[in-house]
Parts: sequence; C-alpha cells; structure tokens
Amino acid sequence: MYDVAVIGAGCTGSAIARYLSRYQVKACVIEREEDVCDGTSKANSAIVHAGFDAHTGTMKAKMNVRGSEMMEDLSRELDFPYDRNGSLVVATADQDASLLDELKAQGEANGVKDIRILDEAELKEMEPNLADGVVKALFAPTGAIVCPFNMTIALAENAADNGVEFFLNTTVEKISREGDHYLIETDGKPIKAKAVVNAAGVYADAINNMVSSHKYHITARRGQYNLLDKTAGSHVRHTIFQLPTKMGKGVLVTPTVHGNLLVGPTAEDIDNKEGVNTTADGLGSLPKTSALSVKNIPFREVITAFAGLRAHEDGGDFVIGEAEDAPNFFNALGIESPGLSSAPAIGEYLADMVAEKLGLLKNPNFNGTRKGILDPSKLSIEERNELIRKEPAYGQIICRCEMITEGQILDAIHRTLGARSLDGVKRRTRAGMGRCQAGFCSPRTMEILEREVPMSAFDVTKTGGQSKIVIGYNKRV
Amino acid sequence: MTEERHLTCINCPMGCPLTVTIEDGKAVSVTGNTCKRGENYGMKEVTNPTRIVTSSVRVKGGELRMVSCKTKEDIPKGKIFDILKAIEDIELQAPVKIGDVVLANVCDTGVDVIATKNVGVKA
Amino acid sequence: MKNYDLVIVGGGPAGLAAAVAARDNGIQDILIIERDDRLGGILNQCIHNGFGLHTFKEELTGPEYAQRFIDQVIERKIDYKLNTMVMDINPDKQVTAMNREDGMFVIDAKAVILAMGCRERPRGALNIPGYRPAGIYSAGTAQRLVNIEGYMPGKKVVILGSGDIGLIMARRMTLEGAEVKVVAEIMPYSGGLKRNIVQCLDDYGIPLKLSHTVVDIEGKERVEAVTIAEVDDHMKPIPGTEERYECDTLLLSVGLLPENELSRQSGVELSPVHRGPIVNDSLETNVEGIFACGNVLHVHDLVDFVSQEAAQAGKNAANFILHGEKKAERIVKINPTGGVRYTVPAFIRPEEMDETVTVRFRVGAVYKNSAVATYFDDECVARRKKQVFAPGEMEQVILKKSDLLAQKDLKEITIRIEEA
Repeated sequence: MYDVAVIGAGCTGSAIARYLSRYQVKACVIEREEDVCDGTSKANSAIVHAGFDAHTGTMKAKMNVRGSEMMEDLSRELDFPYDRNGSLVVATADQDASLLDELKAQGEANGVKDIRILDEAELKEMEPNLADGVVKALFAPTGAIVCPFNMTIALAENAADNGVEFFLNTTVEKISREGDHYLIETDGKPIKAKAVVNAAGVYADAINNMVSSHKYHITARRGQYNLLDKTAGSHVRHTIFQLPTKMGKGVLVTPTVHGNLLVGPTAEDIDNKEGVNTTADGLGSLPKTSALSVKNIPFREVITAFAGLRAHEDGGDFVIGEAEDAPNFFNALGIESPGLSSAPAIGEYLADMVAEKLGLLKNPNFNGTRKGILDPSKLSIEERNELIRKEPAYGQIICRCEMITEGQILDAIHRTLGARSLDGVKRRTRAGMGRCQAGFCSPRTMEILEREVPMSAFDVTKTGGQSKIVIGYNKRV
Repeated sequence: MTEERHLTCINCPMGCPLTVTIEDGKAVSVTGNTCKRGENYGMKEVTNPTRIVTSSVRVKGGELRMVSCKTKEDIPKGKIFDILKAIEDIELQAPVKIGDVVLANVCDTGVDVIATKNVGVKA
Repeated sequence: MKNYDLVIVGGGPAGLAAAVAARDNGIQDILIIERDDRLGGILNQCIHNGFGLHTFKEELTGPEYAQRFIDQVIERKIDYKLNTMVMDINPDKQVTAMNREDGMFVIDAKAVILAMGCRERPRGALNIPGYRPAGIYSAGTAQRLVNIEGYMPGKKVVILGSGDIGLIMARRMTLEGAEVKVVAEIMPYSGGLKRNIVQCLDDYGIPLKLSHTVVDIEGKERVEAVTIAEVDDHMKPIPGTEERYECDTLLLSVGLLPENELSRQSGVELSPVHRGPIVNDSLETNVEGIFACGNVLHVHDLVDFVSQEAAQAGKNAANFILHGEKKAERIVKINPTGGVRYTVPAFIRPEEMDETVTVRFRVGAVYKNSAVATYFDDECVARRKKQVFAPGEMEQVILKKSDLLAQKDLKEITIRIEEA
C-alpha cells in the first residue's frame, strides 16, 4: 500500500513527486511511457514565463509567478540549465499599444517584478532583429528559458533518490475507491494508494472522471514548432512574444538554453490526444507569423520540427486541489501554458496539501540536491584531461554535433531512472539533438545501450514500445 | 527482323546513351558509346546482361561484425538473388584480407565471391 | 604532444590523398586526425562497386578504393590518430583534439588541411510534416546499419530523394531482403548518376517518381505509412495527387552539406552557395595556411575527383610550408553565372597559380544541348558542348596559366552555360 500514487511523470507529476519526497512517505509515480518527460513536457516552448499573461487571481497567475520565483534556485539545487534572458511582448504600429499597458498592469497585480514598457529606440538597441514595424514592447527581466527535459528529469531523479518509486511503461486503466484507499488498475500490476494525484496531462480529464462526478473535459491544443541550428541561436537574445492579432495568438521566437533558436507554437484544437504530428499548414504558417515580430529568421537553418499538445480544460484555468466528492484524490489538471513555469509551484503546493491531509511528517533525510550529467565542455583543458585519465570514455566523442562524449552517455544510462532508449539518451545528454539529428550518433548510441543495459540490438528503441531501430539481420527479415 | 534498343551505359559515371541494333535476336552494332567498354556493355546487355554483385557477410572475432564482399567478375543478372542466398549463412573467421575467397564458384557461375575489406582480429 | 608541420583533419579519401601528396612534396611531419576507428571515411560503408575508374582504371568497391590510399599512407609511414575528434582549430592553426588515450591536446601546425567531408541533411531541413516515429533514417545512417553493423532498419521502404546514396540504398535494401516501394524526388530530374538509376532502380523494377515529395508520415511509434504527392513548379504539393504507401521505413537522401563547424571556428569564410570554404587556386582559404579539399569544400559526385583535388591541396600545403606564402600580385575573380551555381576555386592568382588549374562547379538545373563557355572579361576563350548538363554531376573547366598571363588587364573570368 502506497501513501500516494502520482499519475504522470511529466514536469508536473515529477515536481509533485519531488516535493512529496520531502516528507516521510511511501510514494510512487505511474507513467505510461518508457521514460519520464515523454509527453507535453518534452514538446513546448521551454520558457519560464514571468507571469503577466494570466488573469489576476487565477491559479495560473498564482502558480506561474511563484514557479518563476522558485526556478532559479531550483535550477541550482537540481543542476539543470536555466537562463534568465528576459522577455519582450512586442507591439507593431498598427496594433493597440494600450494592450501592453494592460498587460503591464496585470503583471504588476500578479506580483511580477520590474516589468516596464520600452520604446522603439531602446528596443532596437536590445534586439536589432525585431521586425521593422515594432514600436513598443513590454519588457519582463524575470522571463527566462529552461531545459524542459533536464528540469523534468532532474525533478524525477531527485524524487527517486529520495525514495519515490517509478513505474514506467504502465498505463492506468481504472481507479476505484476501496474503503480507505484507491485501487489503481493498470496494464501491469494493480497499485493501492491512500491518496492519488492526477498529473496525467491531456488525459487528466479521463483520470478524474474515473473517480469524481465533477466531470472535466480537456481538449488537446496542438502547438507546432521549428527548431533552428545553433548558427541561428543568437538571432534574438530575449524571448520575443507577440500581442494577439486578428491572425491569432501569435508565436514566440526565442533562443534556447542550449543556443538554438525556437519558433512557435501554432495553436489548433484537435480531437486526437495522440496527435503530435506536424502539418504542412502549421509549419508553413511559422515564417509568416514570426515575421510580425522578428525579421530575417534564417528558416534555411531549421534542423527539426515538432508538435506538443497543451492540455486545455474548458474552464481555462489550472484545476489544482482535492476533488470535492473524492477524498484524497487530488488533481493537477488542465496544466497547459504556463505549466512548465508553474511546475515547481504546483509540486510544492500539492505536495504540502497532500501531506497535510495524510498527516505526513517531514523527511529528515531528504536531500534536495542532485548533480546533473557533467558537461565536459565547461571544464578547463587540465580538468578535462584529469577526467579522461580517470574515465577514458570522456575522451570519446559520440555525438559530433553537440560534442557529447561516451562518458556522458554512460552516466545517462547508469544513473537513477537511467535512459533506456535513444530519445532517453538524447533528452539527458543532447546526443542526437544537433544539426544532423542523430544521423551520425544513433548507431553508436545503440551499440552503447546494447552493451551497457545490456539489451539486444533488436530491443533498442527510439522511444519505447514498438519504436525499434532495427528489425533483424541482413537477408533475414 | 531489325530492332533498336536504347540503353544507358552503366560502366562509368558518364552514363552514355547507347543504341543497340539487334538483328534476328543478335546484337550487331552499338552507337552512342564513347569507349570500347560501352560497346561491350551494349552488346552484352541485350543478350546476356551481367552485373557485379556486392554484399557483406558476417565475421567471427573481428574488429568489425561484417566484411564487405563482391563477385570477382560480373555474373548473369538473373542469378543475383541466388548468389545472395548462397552467401547468407557464411561466417568468416577474422582476420580477413581484401581478395580472400568468401565462396568459390558461387552458384556454378565460375566466379568467386571475394572479400573487399580488411578486417583485423578484435583486440 | 609532438608538433606537426601539417595537420590533416579527416582520414577519408580527401585526407588520405592530401597526406600522400604532401609527403611526396617534401613534408615529413604530417598527422592525420580521424574521428572513426579506421581510416577510409565514408568509403568503408560504400560497399558497392563503381569507384576508381578514373584513378585506377578499374572498378573498385568503396573499401577497396580506400585501402589503396590507406596502403600508400602506411608505406610512407605517415602518422595518424584514430578515434580522435578535432574539437577546435583557431586562426593561428592551433588544432585542439581529443581521444581516450591522449586526452585533450593542442598541436601547433604550420598548415592545416580541412578534409572533414560532408553530412546528410536531416528531415528537419525539409520540414516534412507528420509524426516523428522510429523508422526514419538518412540514407547514410541506414547504409551504416546495413553494411557495417549487418542490421536491417526495416522491411518495407519508401525513399525520398534520388541522390546517389538514395539510389544505392534502394538497391542495397532490395538485395538484403527488403521491399523498396518507391523513390520520390521533389525535383523534375534525379540528383543521381544515370547509371545508378539503371542499375539500382530499373534492374529491380523500383519506380522513380519525379516532382514528388513526402507530405505525411503516419505511425506514432514506428513508421506505418508515408504519403507522397506530386508538386507544382513552385514545389508545392498538388492536392488530389496524394498516394499512400504502407511501409515501416522512410529513407531520406535529400542532400549533403559540407561539414564546416571547424572551418567556421577557425575563421574560414564560407560560400553561401556550396557552403564550403571560399578558396583560391591553391585551395587555400582566407586564413593563411588553412587549405580545404574534398566534400568539406564542396560536395563531389565522384571520389576520383576528391582524390585529385585533395592531392592538389596536399601539394599546395607542402609548398606553403616549405616556401611560405607569396603575396598575390593580382587576383582574378571567377564569376559563376548563367546556370553555373558556384566555382571552386572562387578566384585565381595568375602569377602564383600552377601551370593549369581545374575549376570545378555544378549547374543549377538540367541543360540540354548546351555548352559551357569561359570568358576572359567579355571575350569567349573556350567553349565545350555537351548533350546534357545535370545538377547531379560536377563539371570542370581547365584554366592555363599561360592564357591568364597573356592578359595583363584581365579583371574577371566568367563561366556560364549557353545554348549550343
């Protein structure tokens, strides 16, 4: 019997698990994919919003501002890439610039610090590649960018290191109340827990509706992106948002913490919760839409496109808390944007709520720090040579685009909640995330997985399930 | 009966467009070629087309898992898949040198399959 | 770490031929740095035949061709390091490299030859819509899996792109037991050699659909189907022309790009057209003593030409090390126009150039019954007719030093495709 079972190992579920592990608790996380961070958490804008977007008083506003405040310290404690690069919401001459003042007022009411309006001259100084029509902007110095993979993985690892169990490749099929606890039936073994936390992303409505008569409805709102090569990474320094226009909500243009340039997302409501496909129309719209705020984006340097699904609940706000008719069943539901920014705040808030309800005691052995995978490129040549002497694998480059060594990949495989697939290695180390998109390193990474896990080459997958890389020997398929 | 067949020569990257004249089932002349090899190819292609087959076979104890191989000379086109079948189960022992015979007289063609790569013993 | 007069980055066909030529022109201290575990580069996985007709007057497979040059390097006792990645080159020709045994080390070189080869454009570069399942490989990755590892990436295959690697892989997959359903090519002509269409597609009845591209990829975990459609003159898919192929694999052969990360770091100026370094008649970049050759300079069609070009770079680097750089008396720019996309070299120094210089280039479209014409300023000095010029094939013009010296006021050389 578990005290708490968290459903979903995205950024929200992983954060909840991590903050729960500050208590003396027997907890587990149930994840249908083969790895943590395998849903919306891996396909989003990688932004920590300052917190002026959400209407004052909403859970979104509250969690966003708090999450944004927590993020920098958290990134140090858990060793994941974070950069407070600041954000701009830009307005063109033909737009109603008073909307910027409204946003500013809303931001201030939400508690966002240091936001101010900038004029054209200041803007062009800050961002020479802003579109020519841009005349004004709202500047939020607390806006930031983050690595969503490493943030989520770090939270999950830290939770696991503090005793939370993870059941991967496990899909929840049914939840029922049995006396003082819940019985969670899965495609694997059933799990009993005194409390359940629902952080199931686009499926959180289905999970809630299994136990509560207050039905929710989540629509998958697809966002498509283009990721550009690092040669385009300095095209803008800040995250550039647009004011909503007649053409829609607009897209953002931002550098990533790893030095690429990200353009997106589109926003389309779709009726397929697995619909993470990109479309010709969606990708085709990005150059035109992004040109409203940023000029001369070198789309020739696109290295990949991807799509993520926002879990949009009909009510429009985050639903966080205990279901009124299902005691000890807690929701973190409708976590769309700014979900990534809010994750630490949601985690802290819900974990404390669950702990209070169950009467959990503080965990005196909680270790809130976690060391990430070493980035040898940050070492001096002497330090690097010292490392290679001890661990020769750090002298062998596997991913030539991102210059990732075998040592880093070994660490990714052997650490807590280690990688078991090419994408698992990629999200932890960036091997395969560069301009050749794993063309060069995937056979090599495959070989390392084969040897180290160990596993058969025919069981190595891109991202679990049937996503096999090779299917048999030559002449024998 | 006279017939003309239009071919692209595959002997070299120039890919000359050939016209082969066939009389009563026999190739009598080739035009469009720039060299003698083109003429030979044109004559042969309409009567008995041949190809070099390349593939790879497994190696035991080698620094590589596979060693590449080829038919030492061209073989009848119709035998390509028979030859691949014939080498399917072959596993050589390292070391392997370029030119080592992988399978002699493959499918009674009179042609050997030979290795095209050096594979040393696994350290 | 020992210092070397000449560091060659890359031990593929370009690096090997450059090393041999540099040694034969008097350079003793040469180091080849290769990132893979053997010399030979991409030729090791190009196990098909068709290499070396120009160089050796016989038809070799890729590994055999490579071995001929590896043997020459070994005979000459030229040093090389395997499994070693060059991490950085700076304009002072300090080369930083790393491997397991030596760790990270810096070599002060007198000259550097860039011979890193090229890489394949990934799916992202084409913005092909659809899912991102397993089963999508660049043709070269699939070639490595099949020919080096002995593993089949899939059984039912659609190929996008009819460059030579795509064509070669269509045949390879067929020979090794897969079914290749179709090769789609977005351009109205194939980017590969004609003979490869005959012996890789026609021989096996594999259809080639020109002016077609992939418009959708289905399958969440593994590829389940690929839809292709015809494209119009602006390369936009034409609605209603979609054809869906059930398959488990999509191979992409959609272009090669020179691998120029290191060139960029070293301050070498790159061409926006062929995306390799801009070089003079000695294949030297704007950074004194840094030379380039092979596919890192511009993507070649035949390895024989890579070897020729690399030998030239090796010889020129040797001259530079032995005699230093001579200040160019004058510089004559080569202006590529009328269908000629770029030239390598981009400019000539008539007084310093060799007796002849081979100018290599590619055309931007298919030209039938045309001629390549060379102009010295406004005067046409040479014209060569050809039935077909195609973008898939490299073309060349040979310039003679004596001709250039005869024209003291020459400002510009123009190379263009004209009607014959």
